[in-house]
Amino acid sequence: MEVNEKIAVDHGLKPDEYKKICDLLKRVPNLTELGIFSAMWNEHCSYKSSRLHLKKLNTKGKKVIQGPGENAGVIDIGDDDAIVFKIESHNHPSFIEPYQGASTGVGGIMRDVFTMGARPIANLNSIHFGSTQHKKTKNLLRGVVKGIGGYGNCIGVPTIAGQTCFDQSYNGNILVNAMTLGLVNKNKIFYSKAAGINKPVIYVGSKTGRDGIHGASMASAIFDDKIEEKKPTVQVGDPFTEKLLLEACLELMSDKSIIAIQDMGAAGLTSSSIEMASKGNLGIELHLDKVPCREEKMTPYEIMLSESQERMLIVLENGKEDSAKKIFDKWNLDFAVIGKTTTSKNIELYFEKEKVANVPIKFLANEAPMYDRPWKKTKLPQKIKFSNSDFKKLKFNDVIKKMISNPNICSKQWIWEQYDHTVMGDTIQKPGGDAGVVRVHGTKKAVASSVDSSASYCYAHPFTGGKQVVCEAWRNLVSVGAEPIAITNCLNFGNPEKKENMGEFVECIDGINEASKYLNFPVVSGNVSFYNETKDKGIKPTPTIGGVGLIKDYKNLMSMNFKSKGNAVLVIGKTEGSLDQSIFAKIILDERKGPPPEINLFNEKNNGETVLKLIKEKLVLSVHDVSLGGIMIGALKMCIAGSKGIKFNKFKNLINIYQYFFSEDQGRYIIEVDKNNLKKVESILKKNSVHFDLLGETRDKEIIINDELTFTVDKVTEFYKSWLYKYMS
Amino acid sequence: MNSSVIIFPGSNCDRDMDVALKKFGFKNKMVWHDDDELPNSDLIVLPGGFSYGDYLRCGSIAGKSKIIQSVIDFANSGGLVLGICNGFQILTETGLLKGVLQQNKNIEFICKNIFVKVNNSENKFFENIDKDVLELHIAHNEGNYFCSEDELKSLEDNNQIAAYYCSSDGKVDDKSNPNGAIKNIAGIFNEKKNILGMMPHPERMIDQSLSGEDGSIFFENLLKNL
Repeated sequence: MEVNEKIAVDHGLKPDEYKKICDLLKRVPNLTELGIFSAMWNEHCSYKSSRLHLKKLNTKGKKVIQGPGENAGVIDIGDDDAIVFKIESHNHPSFIEPYQGASTGVGGIMRDVFTMGARPIANLNSIHFGSTQHKKTKNLLRGVVKGIGGYGNCIGVPTIAGQTCFDQSYNGNILVNAMTLGLVNKNKIFYSKAAGINKPVIYVGSKTGRDGIHGASMASAIFDDKIEEKKPTVQVGDPFTEKLLLEACLELMSDKSIIAIQDMGAAGLTSSSIEMASKGNLGIELHLDKVPCREEKMTPYEIMLSESQERMLIVLENGKEDSAKKIFDKWNLDFAVIGKTTTSKNIELYFEKEKVANVPIKFLANEAPMYDRPWKKTKLPQKIKFSNSDFKKLKFNDVIKKMISNPNICSKQWIWEQYDHTVMGDTIQKPGGDAGVVRVHGTKKAVASSVDSSASYCYAHPFTGGKQVVCEAWRNLVSVGAEPIAITNCLNFGNPEKKENMGEFVECIDGINEASKYLNFPVVSGNVSFYNETKDKGIKPTPTIGGVGLIKDYKNLMSMNFKSKGNAVLVIGKTEGSLDQSIFAKIILDERKGPPPEINLFNEKNNGETVLKLIKEKLVLSVHDVSLGGIMIGALKMCIAGSKGIKFNKFKNLINIYQYFFSEDQGRYIIEVDKNNLKKVESILKKNSVHFDLLGETRDKEIIINDELTFTVDKVTEFYKSWLYKYMS
Repeated sequence: MNSSVIIFPGSNCDRDMDVALKKFGFKNKMVWHDDDELPNSDLIVLPGGFSYGDYLRCGSIAGKSKIIQSVIDFANSGGLVLGICNGFQILTETGLLKGVLQQNKNIEFICKNIFVKVNNSENKFFENIDKDVLELHIAHNEGNYFCSEDELKSLEDNNQIAAYYCSSDGKVDDKSNPNGAIKNIAGIFNEKKNILGMMPHPERMIDQSLSGEDGSIFFENLLKNL
């Protein structure tokens, strides 16, 4: 087939991008070469709209061993232990085929982690669906949850935490972001940079099929009515093979045979081979007829663009082929020498002795387009003036019931009970807490991790929203007693070619960056997912932040459940009473405008560090950060978790009771303190200039406000836990 | 005491079981599915996981694996065999234990703490156990035990039912049945009571920092009985 501009456009390239390819090559590419260009130059692989802005991110820190640019980020947790982690999106495939889309999302991110030599020790996920009223939501939720579980459960890696949101902006574009943490000895980390000439290039894992061809291009396009036709481009996962691949790779990594290793993720063999060669400033020669295929008569074009799962590309030391092959034979996996590194600095492909492609690697990697897309700043919205009449008609008990059983607040037990969260025997904080926590096997240390997003805040004001998500991740780690170390981000946005969407992206990054710098909470890995748009309707800007922190002695793990009755309950941080963009304003007052709550980074850091100090000195019994739903929902969740009640103090406050209880002011925590320690805690808080209020006292079962019993904890628990089960049955 | 844990491709609770056995004083060895012979052992454990991807049926391919003939011989000569979760499924596939494990009634994977009531303590596994209701942990998609009426009758007549799912106070009822298992059966023995298969994972309950500690009672007691 003769390549022309139309074929290039069908491959997702723009006419001027096609022209640039012809200019660089000084000829028209053949179809295989065009396919390779289209795979490397699409948004998903080239980051052409985002690269310019991602460069700004704060990626350095004392504990950062590897920042963005590798398969995953790596941080130092002491004693030669390091944590490898990353979050990645699998949004487009999950909307088309929820089970396979979500499950291969989990498989892909785990491969990114064990490619670096780390054994995965925890999975997390952040999933966003359309309105609960939307006809597709239930099936998508069921399929995604089954897919995530189907993969992680089989591999035997616990899924320890997550986040689920519902909002109509995801009606036509759900988000599935999967995160994995792995443990590695910091002296035995593997990278993707090839080195040395004439080194054998090895293909291991599953055979190559026709699934997922152009998956990465699909992920770089917006959806239309014909999206269901794209089903064949969704990859199909096989967690069993991945489990074998994991064990075989870790076994091979225990000696010194591997020079470089890269998993075949988006754009399969194309991006993995080009990335390794490009990082090593080498050429690579591949003989595609040697690639193990599961279908007959696959063409070079198909082999290069297939996104079949559970495959790896390895550059080995010379002479190690036989010993390496033995390991893959033992695990019943394919192993084939398919090429070698060269001095040419080109990717040269052969098929049945014929040269089928020859392209300088720098054209595919360094020369990939980079755009400074036009973007629009978002103005800070005017504050809403709520009047007393807005609140007069409300009944407090009805409000509590509606809030605690709201889909975005209620218990997600229906979801996490379908994930194996205890395998590997080190999960010391299960899902349902502020962060998941796993012990570092065989040591006193534990690693905490959480995943957060706040699309409503980001939509109202991207800069503030970007800051807020980072702070929320920080608070979640602090709440379990972990010192926050670093983050990974999954940047889910609409169409970058629209200046509003591009503006959201730019300003969210600026916000993330500001908070990340101030809190010394660097970004070490991540990915960007643009074009989350269906028929012209984009999603709300949704940067998802995965945070990781360390607990030096796991016995100091802190939890959110109220421990016993008669203890003092305090709110750390100042309550201003701003309801704008709160879930209360949305679902009780039907008010969606206004600015998100302000972020004061000084208070954020100071409050968090002081809470950590209190935890370390064993002066607090439980801790929970205040987020969606404000103090009331925060306190009720602590009641529910501990099966205890609370008597709230009477307020002499100037703001009204709804503003006090439901505002989502930032930088706040609720803590439970033994009354014998109260003086000491108060003096530490004062000494550190931390604002606090005495909120009340824990009770046996009753929840008492203004001296009146509202509900028993059992009743509130029922509201909290039953909603999702009822919805899904 | 010597124990051996068999690793099948796709096993994923093998390490957890190894950790648990060693914690309570077993000298444990890991045995690869492709080996012919078992090391000298007082206890053989088939761990949880997804052996051979659970393709065809859960445990079916493992039930035909190379090492399994040695396990069958060991069991038939009176050796102690414990199958947890996928291990239980494998034991039913070999025919060493009766019945089958079907998909959970709610067609969902379930991971949570449950309670079981020990039904028969006249055997090496539960003899002298000082608690008859244990809080254990399940994590499975196919734990819904089923057998024919005749098989059920013979299980009951021979006192082969090891444990029932129950409430925290030991009541065996529908509400405490997590997966739809017939008669709330969580685990069974063979006729001679030297083979135990059960869905709950004692190895995930060996530390107060984890889901609980009743698994420790199981292992400590088992070691004493050997």
